[in-house]
Amino acid sequence: MTSEEIKNLILEIIEDIDDEADFESLNPDEPLRDQLDLDSMDFLDIVMELRKRHQLQIPEEDYPNLATLNSCAVYLEPLLRNA
Amino acid sequence: MPVPFTQTKETYDIIVVGSGLGGLTTANRLAYCGHKVLLLEHHHRLGGLATWFKRRGHIFDISLHGFPYGMVKTCKKYWNKEIMQSIVQLKNIVFDNPQFSLQTTFDREDFTHILETVFKIPVATVNRFFTVVSGMNFYDDQTMTTRELFEEFFPGRSDIHRFLMEPITYANGSTLEDPAITYGIVFSNFMNKGVFTFEGGTDKLIGMMADELERNGVTICTNVKVDKIIVEKGKVRGIEAHGKTIGSKAVVSNSGITNTIYNLTERNAFSEEFLEKAAAIRINNSSCQVYMGIKEGEGINDVGDLLFTSTAAEFDSTELLDRETKSKTFSIYYPKTRPGLNRYTIVASMNSRYEDWAELEEDRYQEEKRSLIARSLRDLDRYLPGVAQKIDWTEAATPKTFNRYTLHTSGTSFGTKFEGLDVSRSIFKEVAGLFHVGSVGIIMSGWLGAINYGVIVSNDVDSYLRS
Repeated sequence: MTSEEIKNLILEIIEDIDDEADFESLNPDEPLRDQLDLDSMDFLDIVMELRKRHQLQIPEEDYPNLATLNSCAVYLEPLLRNA
Repeated sequence: MPVPFTQTKETYDIIVVGSGLGGLTTANRLAYCGHKVLLLEHHHRLGGLATWFKRRGHIFDISLHGFPYGMVKTCKKYWNKEIMQSIVQLKNIVFDNPQFSLQTTFDREDFTHILETVFKIPVATVNRFFTVVSGMNFYDDQTMTTRELFEEFFPGRSDIHRFLMEPITYANGSTLEDPAITYGIVFSNFMNKGVFTFEGGTDKLIGMMADELERNGVTICTNVKVDKIIVEKGKVRGIEAHGKTIGSKAVVSNSGITNTIYNLTERNAFSEEFLEKAAAIRINNSSCQVYMGIKEGEGINDVGDLLFTSTAAEFDSTELLDRETKSKTFSIYYPKTRPGLNRYTIVASMNSRYEDWAELEEDRYQEEKRSLIARSLRDLDRYLPGVAQKIDWTEAATPKTFNRYTLHTSGTSFGTKFEGLDVSRSIFKEVAGLFHVGSVGIIMSGWLGAINYGVIVSNDVDSYLRS
């Protein structure tokens, strides 16, 4: 997966979690939590969905890497290279 | 529909022991993720403490008193939209005690207004307090107690301490001596938008959840008390119940953390270090309740949805636990609770200690239950004069009752104190494939806490099974 595809994947998962999420003015370098009103449960959903779709195991200590859209891409790119 | 235990398969991916809201949610999430799940419940109905009973046309709810707005999002994400759509606000929360009497919508805006106008606190102080409590996380420093937190912002104001603490004590059994973070997390959840309930009652909710479990393929058996969780060579192998063994890769126990460790699993499955941590777990208190049903065709005035009442001079955690406490909550269920069923019921709830009731001789026990009912009727009369004439059913539950139906250690209605959370979260690191879900640590308690904890544990289980 390319960095762009990974970002789209994350947005797709977030849309499944919250169908009213507004991506219009999303800044990829700002925390998703603040911009989309996500809480810690939502991040858990993202982790669970990534495991379901791509057999990815993300340890709890790595959760901070999922903070922004760009940091998600940087963190997930090596893990999803062959996906 | 539950299936007979004789029809279960020989193995499942996961067996969930107990069907409280945490167990139900874990079963639902894991089945939704594609695992084969068996759910076993000792009682004849699902729900654990999220339950109800019927008498003479009345339906009495046991733990439907009011939950935070977070339930809306949680039910939508982890159950379904229909369940979410039945959540409605309770707008009239009443406090009545010798220090103050007031009504509130129980949200930040209204609390700020009351603290400013009734308790004469500068709004800047109130805002600072809200900022501090809403920023609290469970991994923050635990050394500060709720009493210290209150003293910092509202020194010497026992009236304000009561206003802030009393509802939370009824919600999760916590006291002023518990970590301030447990208070901050739970209080902030409520302050978000107020108090909400499930329109249609507990029976409707659990029915809808059972339907969703079936859609996701969970096999459900009721009237099955699990005797043992089988552990071999440090790994879970399945369970034993009614003389039958069923294999599984993981077992999720929703049967109370102490029950799980001491009564369901062999002691030698755990390390000495873990057992030491488990021994330090303090069980939270239990409850007493009095159920009162208004005769068919009769009605009562709207005096509020949830009434925090007391004739005790000041708030005192010990007084609240006394067998003859002067403090109780009335949950009043008007016909709006169950549209279509034109009935009124009232449930008085008190916090209580198991040992105060368990040690009574049978005659004395019955006599104490009768006094409990009499005191509740007398206290209710202050808000609904002459109400006793309209009541055609009264019944009391004590910690012994809670113990009988939930099998919880000492009939606890609020799980454990803070240290229980760590033991619950780390049990699968002790025994591969063994997980616990249920009320622990104060914050993972109540309907919202139990459901969210179910989601957190599902993530652990799913991760284990896919690794």
